[in-house]
Amino acid sequence: MNHPPDPPQDPLPPPFTHNQPTPTLLTQGAEALLYRTHFLTPSHPCALKYRPSKPYRHPILDKRLTRHRILSEARTLVKCRREGVSVPGVLALDAEGDGASGGWMMMEWIEGRTVREVLIEGAKRRKDDRDEGVGEEWEEGMRLMMGKIGRVVGRMHEVGVCHGDLTTSNMMLRPLDKVQQNGEATNGEHVRRFGEILQGDIVLIDFGLAGQSLQDEDKAVDLYVLERAFGSTHPEAEEGFQEVLRIYGDSYKGAKVVLKRLEEVRMRGRKRSMLG
Amino acid sequence: MTPLQTFHLAHLPPDLAIHVALYTDVQNAPILRDQLLQGNPDFEYALIEASVILSTTHVLAAVFRAANDHLYARLKSRNVHSEIVFSLGANNNIAQSLRTFGITSTTTNLLVIKLSTDPGITALTVSEHLSTSIQGTQVDFNDATLTNMADIAKVRKLYKLGGVEEDGSKGKRRRKDGTEEGSGLIDGASIKDSERVRKELEVAILGLMALKGVV
Ligand SMILES: Nc1ncnc2c1ncn2[C@@H]1O[C@H](COP(=O)(O)OP(=O)(O)OP(=O)(O)O)[C@@H](O)[C@H]1O
Ligand SMILES: [Mg+2]
Repeated sequence: MNHPPDPPQDPLPPPFTHNQPTPTLLTQGAEALLYRTHFLTPSHPCALKYRPSKPYRHPILDKRLTRHRILSEARTLVKCRREGVSVPGVLALDAEGDGASGGWMMMEWIEGRTVREVLIEGAKRRKDDRDEGVGEEWEEGMRLMMGKIGRVVGRMHEVGVCHGDLTTSNMMLRPLDKVQQNGEATNGEHVRRFGEILQGDIVLIDFGLAGQSLQDEDKAVDLYVLERAFGSTHPEAEEGFQEVLRIYGDSYKGAKVVLKRLEEVRMRGRKRSMLG
Repeated sequence: MTPLQTFHLAHLPPDLAIHVALYTDVQNAPILRDQLLQGNPDFEYALIEASVILSTTHVLAAVFRAANDHLYARLKSRNVHSEIVFSLGANNNIAQSLRTFGITSTTTNLLVIKLSTDPGITALTVSEHLSTSIQGTQVDFNDATLTNMADIAKVRKLYKLGGVEEDGSKGKRRRKDGTEEGSGLIDGASIKDSERVRKELEVAILGLMALKGVV
């Protein structure tokens, strides 16, 4: 049988053409390709986000858009990191490229998995050993993780950044490092076996659509998008989402007002889907 | 004597060797600086004031950027070596970056970098020329030595990083439950903490160097 050829992959521009080493492609989104590679030395892993040029766009417009997107994402990441929001740091970028190939940004590599992946695996494992009394442990782990999400999002909003695409794919759960893990091991076998899936720090990623905003509306829309993401992909986690909002509400001064606004955004969303 | 150290950075062409020498107690900074100002081609080096360098990664990130711009033939300054010094800066002001990160007449801790941009430039030719040109004590180029030389307060000031990981910074607040939030430095920092602070400063600086003042 004939297999259709793989879709042509945009080759990386220099300096990555020297294959010293060759970056490994991880995901290919609509706008960007995400590679794993290393920064200056093999002991410094990093993520490489490449935005290839789009042949269907006018070259001048294309160049301007690529440049804008790379700089905008990098600018937001740098601001967040400086102000204590947990995000990957920016290591290097080239927003210009050679004029034909697009541009790239290197950022710190975040160990772990996206929250989406964690929740999907968690739900699966929970089904598998349903009656071992892991339910409570899972609930507790979820509660803690949700709280961490609420806190990180709250901090991001507090410093005046709105994410623009706040889904469970765009936040990662970074496992605790070895030292911390050993410390927690005293909690017993049970916790490690199941609860460890949910342990770690939340790191926000993918700031391609982010921007600086102090508007309650923009912040409320961030929360709404996240709520919908939980509701659609992880219905079993929907209840736990209340914990995100609870911790968010206590996390900075204007948070309560944003929660109020969220109710309005929900109403509009419902109306729209009724008309829809 | 500590020999000249030669590096190859990831992604750069394998023949683009990076030669690095670090000196302390340098006696002839004014002469070296004059050679640069006169544009003497024998002194085409990146001559860097080492006390404003936080780590090997800090300066090698600047080398990476300058080398990449060199390969793309889009240098903004005179040559790839001045471009390294320029790349250390957090804005597009070449003169200011050279003044801030380059050798001054009072420099005693000096970091020298030379790229093998043509086959005639080798570790041997570079180390021979340096040994007759620089009056100072050569020391190992590594994080420990650079940390000892670094004037952290000055580095913070240059990059306007007063808040990052500094005690009582805006990045750190105490939550109601008493635990710490953000990434603040806890009082009475241990060695592990100061290492963490240095890493956090480093990543903030790399971000600012990459952005070059785009805000
Ligand atoms: N810094 C990082 N460290 C480790 N993995 C990362 C990092 N950044 C991104 N990833 C992984 O790559 C995936 C895609 O990254 P990102 O979301 O930034 O790109 P994207 O193309 O905009 O994605 P999308 O298709 O959601 O628009 C993430 O879901 C995550 O799994
Ligand atoms: Mg994404």
